[in-house]
Amino acid sequence: MADDDVKVSGDGARSPSNATNGGAPKNGKKGIGIIVKEEVEAFRAEMPGKVKEQIESVKDPTKTQLYTSIFRHKRDETPRNRALGVLSNVFLHLHPAKINRDSVRYPYTWGMGGITFYLFIVLTFTGVLLMFYYHPTKVQAFRDVLYLEHDVPFGKILRNMHRWAAHLMVIAVELHMFRVFLTGSYKKPREFNWNVGVILLVLTLLLSFTGYLLPDDQLGFWAVTVGTNMARATPLLGNEGPFGSQLGMTPYNDVRFGLLGGSIVDANALLRAYIWHCIAIPIIASVFMIVHFWRVRKDGGISGPAPVMLASEADKPRRAQSAAGA
Amino acid sequence: MNWHQLWTIATTPDNIPITALLPLVLFYLWLAFRQAKGNDELIAQLEADPALAKTHHRKTWPFRPGWQKEVHVWPFLLRMEFLAAIIVTAILMVWSITMSAPLEEPANPNLTMNPAKAPWYFLGLQEMLVYFDPWIAGVVMPTLIIIGLMVIPYIDTNPLGSGYYTLKQRKFSIGTFCFGFLILWVSMIIIGTFIRGPGWQWFWPGQTWDHNRLIYEVNRDLPDLFGITSNLGKGIFGAIVVGGYFAIGGFVMTALFRRKMPRDWRRMSLLQYQIMMFLMLTMVALPIKMLLRLSLHIKYVWITPWFNV
Repeated sequence: MADDDVKVSGDGARSPSNATNGGAPKNGKKGIGIIVKEEVEAFRAEMPGKVKEQIESVKDPTKTQLYTSIFRHKRDETPRNRALGVLSNVFLHLHPAKINRDSVRYPYTWGMGGITFYLFIVLTFTGVLLMFYYHPTKVQAFRDVLYLEHDVPFGKILRNMHRWAAHLMVIAVELHMFRVFLTGSYKKPREFNWNVGVILLVLTLLLSFTGYLLPDDQLGFWAVTVGTNMARATPLLGNEGPFGSQLGMTPYNDVRFGLLGGSIVDANALLRAYIWHCIAIPIIASVFMIVHFWRVRKDGGISGPAPVMLASEADKPRRAQSAAGA
Repeated sequence: MNWHQLWTIATTPDNIPITALLPLVLFYLWLAFRQAKGNDELIAQLEADPALAKTHHRKTWPFRPGWQKEVHVWPFLLRMEFLAAIIVTAILMVWSITMSAPLEEPANPNLTMNPAKAPWYFLGLQEMLVYFDPWIAGVVMPTLIIIGLMVIPYIDTNPLGSGYYTLKQRKFSIGTFCFGFLILWVSMIIIGTFIRGPGWQWFWPGQTWDHNRLIYEVNRDLPDLFGITSNLGKGIFGAIVVGGYFAIGGFVMTALFRRKMPRDWRRMSLLQYQIMMFLMLTMVALPIKMLLRLSLHIKYVWITPWFNV
């Protein structure tokens, strides 16, 4: 019955000829033929309008409910909308709406910070895919790498890309730090963010280093052996370090034992490296990255290219600058 | 000249990053110093002409009245980021297709690799193991590097040169950082990769790696040169030498610093200055110790029952 009502009122609005028809038989019974006829007539009367409406909306998809539900504002070629495009997008909103016209110039930033972050994303992506094929156990680890290299579709390129992206990330981080130093970008008010960056540099190196052991081959094994042997010599906390033995350090309770989960690089070390590499350090690094990016914005965006300052203005408050015109 | 040996080292998959790092560092160094030169010329021009300094937009890049000072992130920044992502992806793709990640034989604790090298970014520290005991090279030095980097913003009191490349306004800080990064970090990595062969011995580029080479080298300790034999004497002697290095070095450096950089001397607090000097002298001690080792074959300077320096 409700179905009927809707149809009737709809008809009434659209075509007067049907309105007279539709009102009368409401309480009487109708033959199936009449209902079909009515439906066909209504279809003919309404469809051209509906189709036209649909075509119109396809011409301008930004007016559709689907579009506006995703993007939260309509699309216009206006400055306001360009700003909204950035501000109302969760992935882009770390950017300001507008930036210094010279800061998009490549020679200033070298793009290394952004490239580092992009490489982190690439590494997360390829790393997760690698995790599907890898078991961090002495029996399987090396075989899994062989399996990846020879049998898994695109497995070889996946591993290669993870390895090279990791190397590239270390280079990009170091160059980023070099650029930030050379442009004096660690100076007030960005001192704290420089510190966050130093921690991220260390975390990047640790990420790379923990990943080194995972193929469980000679290269990784000896690199990690050499690396962790140094922990033995930690002052106070290592069994061979200065004052270590005086404090009761042995190969079975010192800081190296804690790192490896044993006194040699073995199954426990592999598992520990795996967990640090795949879970713990990425999470810690992500937290520091959030702070790093947030502070870049809070400290006034990227540092420049700023107008040069003269030595005569150095010890005065930065008043002359605004007069000079940014 | 064994070109094959050099080629083998340079094209070992894990060494490619270092082969790439060298031209990259040189390129960006050139890029930075070209901009620094431009800015320094501009600064000199503005300092000579105060009237111009009041009206100039103070960048080497052009700016005309009527131009917008700011541009929209969409599209002007985002297109750059997109482009960078595409280029990096393309490089990675080509690199991953053409070159395979290294995979040696399965880990075998009974078969030592020779040379057993750390990942390339730690080769600087591994190189330090030649000159210092593991507790210094492996623990104290990395810690001091991290601490040293972290205190930079708090000991650099120079307000100039924030947000633009310059050499003239920050000679000391840029000189120090370049010394640390280029000489102590990058070149040590290059030595560790290209020069250190089996037994961590020194092979010049192009020299064949000889696994059987032996070097007869007698390393002495500094107290031995002075004929000190008792343990107590060695301990006291070493403490005096190391303490003397910091005392005399600090004195000389302070005398120089006060004369050459009076502005910074005035701006810095005592604590800031002391931290800077300590890190500075420690950093300079590194090449000094290396030189002592390479020229006079001196192993330790300070010998105690608990640690040796």
